[in-house]
Amino acid sequence: MSPAIDTGDTAWMLTATALVILMTVALGLFYAGLVRAKNSLNTFMMCISALGIAGVTWALVGYSLAFDGEGAIIGGLGHFALQGVGFEPRGEGTIPHLVFFAFQGSFCIITVALISGAVVERMRFGAWMVFAALWSVLVYAVLAHWAFGGGWLAEQGTLDFAGGVPVEMGSGFSALAAALVVGARKDYGRQALLPHNTVYILLGAGLLWFGWFGFNGGSGFGTGNPSVLAFTNTLLTPACSLITWFVLDLIRGRKVTAVGAATAIIVGCVLITPAGGFISPGWAMALGFLGALPCYAMIVWRPRTRVDETLDVLAAHGVAGFTGILAIGLVAQISWNGIADGLFYGDAGQFWSQAAAAAATPAYAFGATFLLLKLVGALMPLRSTEHDEAVGMDIVYHGEEAYASGEGAILVAPEGDEEVLVANPS
Amino acid sequence: MKLVIGIVRPEKANDVLEALYRAEVRGVSMSRIQGHGGELEQVQTYRGTTVKMGLFDKVRFEVAVSDGFVDPTVQAICDGARTGEVGDGKIFVVPLEQAVRIRTGAGDEAAVTPVEH
Repeated sequence: MSPAIDTGDTAWMLTATALVILMTVALGLFYAGLVRAKNSLNTFMMCISALGIAGVTWALVGYSLAFDGEGAIIGGLGHFALQGVGFEPRGEGTIPHLVFFAFQGSFCIITVALISGAVVERMRFGAWMVFAALWSVLVYAVLAHWAFGGGWLAEQGTLDFAGGVPVEMGSGFSALAAALVVGARKDYGRQALLPHNTVYILLGAGLLWFGWFGFNGGSGFGTGNPSVLAFTNTLLTPACSLITWFVLDLIRGRKVTAVGAATAIIVGCVLITPAGGFISPGWAMALGFLGALPCYAMIVWRPRTRVDETLDVLAAHGVAGFTGILAIGLVAQISWNGIADGLFYGDAGQFWSQAAAAAATPAYAFGATFLLLKLVGALMPLRSTEHDEAVGMDIVYHGEEAYASGEGAILVAPEGDEEVLVANPS
Repeated sequence: MKLVIGIVRPEKANDVLEALYRAEVRGVSMSRIQGHGGELEQVQTYRGTTVKMGLFDKVRFEVAVSDGFVDPTVQAICDGARTGEVGDGKIFVVPLEQAVRIRTGAGDEAAVTPVEH
């Protein structure tokens, strides 16, 4: 083993990677609770499919395009199919390159899963899987290269601790494009389309928060001060967002809502994602209190439009990620991060570096996703038929139900041709 | 007085409610049931177990109406529930012997006529 490897760092990064993998499943539970029962399995499966699809594309080309070479826009193919990724650390790192690869892969996976929130309850599952594979390479890997892999954003000084650029703004603004291209659900704006299980929503959000300690806490790639700071900020910011959400809910409807609380947890975690290792705990709390405001406003406003961005990925991830990225430019402190000060501490240049990321990322994510879905849509239908939408995605695409009772089910013999009649109503 | 029973697809339940509302039929109850009406079976597979679903989720509307409202009610349920494919459901109209409004004890026609608030 190379002497540069630190066993403590490696142990934590192995754990953090597993925590982030859990987030994709937690997201599936969160999303499944937010949709109608007849679409809950399909919604969950969109997230689960990302584990397979993005896991494979990441290993084949995504990782290489993101982290090989110093190109301004895109990396190289030197790590194609994991070439040169072994036990030796990458660059100045203290963990094996393989662990670094796996940790980054878990980010790509959850980002792909996040976008599904924009198109649930009507997108064809096959078209989704094709889109997910292409998006993970053409959008995620590019944005990850810009922010993490030595691309132009990193070069011009943008600070992004755990993925405000590729993960949060990348998914949020791509989600908006996806919702516009795929179109609204047939009943959107005509009928009340309500969450079917609020307990799933809370449990999913809670598990996401748990996993986020690995997501942010691992983004220092070890157990040093940046990781410690980000870990603690991941406790503080969502706590403050929760309080803001409670107050806003009380003002708006005189009741504190559970779906609102779950949303506040996500928003808080996203807010601190880019800024985690760069701002003080005090500012992290302020970010939680104040940063939740634009997200809340977006969540209240969006359903009044014709845009069926179904699970509000733009509000919870795009807007919160945007806010977090800009917050670094305002309140970063060298005394906490050892790298840069923000505008409030005398460095206006850092703010403009952050603003560049906040302008370029949404533009690329939205534009590239829009074109990509138009392309996929030219090759195959993106949408389910009205009939299939009425029946529900679970039965249509998976031949299963989330809440199957088995009543009236006729067992088909394993050989397939002889039917064993268990119950025959006709 | 008649009791109109409409068994419809769950995804059309909202359309039926809307149609009943437009027909000014008030006082509806609905329940989720399972039934079979000759439609093609769905095949579902859970690991190694493959089944044909013989029973489908349906919604059952029950509307007690005075005689003049029978046709509009039947028409509204038909309009709201029809997709044109097998499995749209059935409507049964049965005679109703007695109706009582529990709050006032009012009987029969008065009990199935909506009150103004």
